[in-house]
Amino acid sequence: MKIERNLEEHSLYLNMGPQHPSTHGVLRVILKLDGEYIEEAEPVLGYIHRMHEKMGENRTYAQYLPNMGRVDYLSALSYNQCYVGAVERLTGIAPPPRAEYIRVITTELNRLSSHLLWFGAYVLDLGGFTPFLYSFDDREHILDLLESITGSRLTYCYFRFGGVSKDITDDFITGTRAFIKRLRMHLPMYETLVTKNVIFINRVKEVGIITPEAARRYGVTGPALRGSGIKYDVRKNEPYSIYPEVDFDIPVQDGCDALSRYIVRMLEMEQSMRIIEQALDKLPEGPVMAPKVPKKVKPPKGDCYFAVETARGDFGIYIVSDGTETAYRIKLRTPGFSNLSIFAEISRGTLLQDAISTMGSLDLVIPEIDR
Amino acid sequence: MSYFGEIYTGAVSLIAGLGVTGKALFQPTVTVQYPWETIDITPTFRGHIELVTDEETGNFKCICCGLCQLNCPSHCISIKSSKPEGAKKKALDSYMLNFTTCSLCGTCVEGCPADAIKFSDDYNLAGFSREEFYFDLVKRAREEK
Repeated sequence: MKIERNLEEHSLYLNMGPQHPSTHGVLRVILKLDGEYIEEAEPVLGYIHRMHEKMGENRTYAQYLPNMGRVDYLSALSYNQCYVGAVERLTGIAPPPRAEYIRVITTELNRLSSHLLWFGAYVLDLGGFTPFLYSFDDREHILDLLESITGSRLTYCYFRFGGVSKDITDDFITGTRAFIKRLRMHLPMYETLVTKNVIFINRVKEVGIITPEAARRYGVTGPALRGSGIKYDVRKNEPYSIYPEVDFDIPVQDGCDALSRYIVRMLEMEQSMRIIEQALDKLPEGPVMAPKVPKKVKPPKGDCYFAVETARGDFGIYIVSDGTETAYRIKLRTPGFSNLSIFAEISRGTLLQDAISTMGSLDLVIPEIDR
Repeated sequence: MSYFGEIYTGAVSLIAGLGVTGKALFQPTVTVQYPWETIDITPTFRGHIELVTDEETGNFKCICCGLCQLNCPSHCISIKSSKPEGAKKKALDSYMLNFTTCSLCGTCVEGCPADAIKFSDDYNLAGFSREEFYFDLVKRAREEK
């Protein structure tokens, strides 16, 4: 870390990152400090920019599919779902019901794994090492389950235009049910270990206040928004796939602080498990691919927008098609970018130690912000 | 909260946390000692691709259509083929896979009309130079025989 002293202003400039462990990637935040207090914080992006949007203009629609797993590697399936959803809306391909159910089951499992990783990493940022190991132990079961059907453990590329690449097996279904039972048993343990811990509460309570008004102004979405008392979830507000058919709640907390965001995510895990259970019960028989999917996907001229709720918030894809095999323009609206942009405002005047806690509670994934 | 009250709640939450971690001491180990013990990989594992040979004829199933080369998003496959004198079909001369840029997406395997490529289960890949990852799959398949 590089430290510069500006003698004229008597303030200290501190670079948090780009290799700081609590930024979970190559994010650099220039902090202007007055003693222990932050006067200004400026996030600097671009260290892991990979031109995903530009790549979309140079590759065919099918060739762009593997890219989606790399934008946000922690909830890759949500991104898969959004992209295939956008292309399906543009071309008019309708996936069979079984495929839609499989998509929701796997996406919710992915959301669980993302939240479990966040839980472990967040507590690790705040100095607790043990919960990290427990949550990774649980997460490993999800990765094994998803690996058995998708073939990869992290950067999934499982959904196809008009369905999914492979049907799920009976082993997967029994394994998922067993896992849900296991996680239900483990969640109270997380609560005793972390949520009720005095040190943890002191580090997160009334830290990183995001007022509902500021959240609206910056376009904050996901658990960060719901932690500020605004009940907005794409799965309910703009339903897609089979979400209208399953019964689940949107947890909302109105504390506006890091603790509220933490609690929202912990409650969301229970809701995800409810969705998976219902989807497994209702899972229809049938094919997993639409019958007539052209080998070369060529959407008609036009544009469309499709949004999904990822583990971090509202992710949307805007595709402009000029009638050829490659898109004219692909715009990715990632939740992390908006969620990070509020950091400069909410960290002003707070303590340096709270910056770590605030940033962790936003659940940033840097490759998704830079994309 | 009073000073002693804080000490009390702190102590209670400390003991509760220690209780959870203490229980873990008596639970079975979930990790394995990797180089000595290994876990079986799933049959769906996606390793680098390899050529499939026809069991009846002993030749490669590849019909040298070049679809994999065309479909690959990272352009990491290049095929050379020729038609031997008197033969009806084209035969593979070399099938180069540049594994340094391959992202294991499987577009090549899915797009293959002859089911001539499959994923290998080879995951112990480490090398000292970049050139070690320019695989000639024809050579590799023949060496395995």
